[in-house]
Amino acid sequence: MNIGDDDFTLFGLPEAFAVDGARLDQRWRELQTEVHPDRFAAQGAAAQRVAMQWSVRVNEAYRRLKDPLSRAAYLCERRGAPIDAECNTAMPRDFLMQQMAWRESLDDAQDAPALHALHAQLDSDEQALLQRLQQALDVQPDAPAAAAQVRALMFLRRFRGDLERRLDALDA
Amino acid sequence: MALLQISEPGQAPDPHQRRIAVGIDLGTTHSLVAALRHGVPECLPDAQGRVLLPSVVCYLDGQRRQVGHAARALQAEHAGDCIASAKRLMGRRLADVAGAAQLPYELVDQPGMVAVRTRQGLKTAVEVSAEILATLRQRAEDSFDDELFGAVITVPAYFDDAQRQATKDAAQLAGLNVLRLINEPTAAAVAYGLDHGSEGLYAVYDLGGGTFDVSLLRLSKGVFEVVATGGDAALGGDDFDHLLAGWALQQADRQTASAADRGALLAAARSTREELSSRDSAVLECLLGGRPLRVTVSRAQLEALCAPLVERTLAALRRVLRDARVQRDEVLGVVMVGGATRTPMVRRAVAEFFGPGAEARVLTNVNPDEVVAIGAAIQANALAGNAQDGQLLLLDVIPLSLGIETMGGLVERLIERNTTIPVAKAQEFTTYQDGQTAMALHVVQGERELVADCRSLARFELRGIPPMAAGVARIRVSFQVDADGLLSVSARESVSGVEASVVVKPSYGLADDQVAQMLRDGFAHAQQDMQLRALREARVEADRLLLATQSALQADAALLSEADRRDIELLMGVLREAAQGSDHDAINAAAEALARGTEGFAAARMNRGIRQALAGRSIEDV
Repeated sequence: MNIGDDDFTLFGLPEAFAVDGARLDQRWRELQTEVHPDRFAAQGAAAQRVAMQWSVRVNEAYRRLKDPLSRAAYLCERRGAPIDAECNTAMPRDFLMQQMAWRESLDDAQDAPALHALHAQLDSDEQALLQRLQQALDVQPDAPAAAAQVRALMFLRRFRGDLERRLDALDA
Repeated sequence: MALLQISEPGQAPDPHQRRIAVGIDLGTTHSLVAALRHGVPECLPDAQGRVLLPSVVCYLDGQRRQVGHAARALQAEHAGDCIASAKRLMGRRLADVAGAAQLPYELVDQPGMVAVRTRQGLKTAVEVSAEILATLRQRAEDSFDDELFGAVITVPAYFDDAQRQATKDAAQLAGLNVLRLINEPTAAAVAYGLDHGSEGLYAVYDLGGGTFDVSLLRLSKGVFEVVATGGDAALGGDDFDHLLAGWALQQADRQTASAADRGALLAAARSTREELSSRDSAVLECLLGGRPLRVTVSRAQLEALCAPLVERTLAALRRVLRDARVQRDEVLGVVMVGGATRTPMVRRAVAEFFGPGAEARVLTNVNPDEVVAIGAAIQANALAGNAQDGQLLLLDVIPLSLGIETMGGLVERLIERNTTIPVAKAQEFTTYQDGQTAMALHVVQGERELVADCRSLARFELRGIPPMAAGVARIRVSFQVDADGLLSVSARESVSGVEASVVVKPSYGLADDQVAQMLRDGFAHAQQDMQLRALREARVEADRLLLATQSALQADAALLSEADRRDIELLMGVLREAAQGSDHDAINAAAEALARGTEGFAAARMNRGIRQALAGRSIEDV
């Protein structure tokens, strides 16, 4: 076990998009129980520094594995298809149509019920996209296609953020 | 300090040598210190048997000062030199202090942190808090007749980085080794043992003397997440006393003529209110201007009087639940903190708020004045390696997002709020103009998009960037937040290979050398005591280091080359010799040399220990 090991090795999990969430949580807690600086509070500065590096590393890996999107991005990168969202905007072709449909719904939505309905629509669309992402990563596997799905999901998240700000504005 | 003693995690290397670690609740109106005695956490009393220390420091002529009860007694006479509620000023600028005009002392704005003008010169809240902490440290050392290994100090969950840093600096000034800063609501939850297997949402209702805080915690597998905090900084138990006092005057058609009268009346109101917690009726009695005042008060009258105040706490509770998007029935329990929560109507109101059958979920059986200090003591004991099971692990989250200012006064967030700490994150930035050789970095904390709406933590400059076209340089800015929630930031230019890096401690004005200067100035100690104490501490530390090094060498000599081993033994010889003498600077220098010389060895042992532990777990899992 090394601090430079990949996230999956560190957590003793198979390298795949499908992750057992309960096992991930349990493993995180076990690892922190071993490495957290508090466990070495009585042992001087050098021990604290090393424990801190490990603890930071474990939290970083946990955060990345816990979120499906960052987990998928990590897998794509490891398989030679980095996301590079700033310079690569390749997304699945049919996703463009979906985007336009959402935009229209958002423009048309004038009241809270309409916005909530769109929110629910986004949730189910996200589930469908995650399903396809799992296909591309664990079944086919096709890393460039998966990376395109990840970009689509990133777009969906930003769009949902816009929508939630509209909802917050209505509440205030 | 560098060489480590490797032992079973959570256990002291020598089972007979118990380290004394305390928990300190550094409060706005009063402070407490608690520790485990015979395995039971309890608050330590002063020589008069009092556990509450009023958080008041009074500066007098001739460098004299009074702390606690003695200072409070002087408040009326020396209003301008008696500093109470210093916690409200911790890590704040004048503009941040609400109600500054009402304070009886004069505030002076300074770069970094506001100060109070006293007859002993300007005093910051850090210095005032250090006096209180030093008093509690002394109390603990007297109780155990031994030196302290370290302390856990509690801070409000909403404290930002500057306020946490200020608290830690105050502890350093008071000569305390800070094992951890933990959030007050987290400490209260620990005191109730909620860290053992409780899962779900808990509220902490903290009605102190002068402030009301409410926090919502989510507990899952030993992780304490602060979901939301709120409250009312201008509402506390003292307001109940003011209302009752005013009402009593009205009933008797009397007036107060002096500060002494007002003090006597308030004290009488407080004891009457406390009496009414267990009785239906009580008599408010005191002397005003030499003439007795006597008013009978029923519990019903008190409750009618205070109902609007209690309603204000419930409004804050509602706001916090709304912020967190949580329904009342999702809250599994409410931990009650602060002396004013003894008032039956407060308990009843909170129980009613959470719906039918909620009485059982309102947790009151730990003394509400002591519950925060008790929780801190339990955590301190575990951190010192004394805990039997050693399983208490609090994984706190950062309360506010951290970011950096980018062009146009916008905030780029590097670390989001509620991220589990410790955490490190880095992001690359670039230059804005051709040939730009320096970059101004501005670190901010808060949830808003605009820098102007966030709290400024630190500014620093990265210089010596080689001239390049705009957008070519790659400045990597790294944020690291340690287990106390304290941030350090560094920046490095990476394209050119030229390394220019700077580490900032987000500072509200007290730089390390200022702290050192205050320590040299004999803060909280007579000069001679300081010398003796320094020598004793240096020798203890030298012994500890020598012992630890010796046992490490015996256990793991294989990790070292022959030459490295000889170097370490040489350094040990120098330290042994220095420890015979009485020059504490020389002892510390030799100890530091040994610590530095063994750092690589220590890190190698540590890494191996962790790898073995992790590998062991993996095998168990298979």
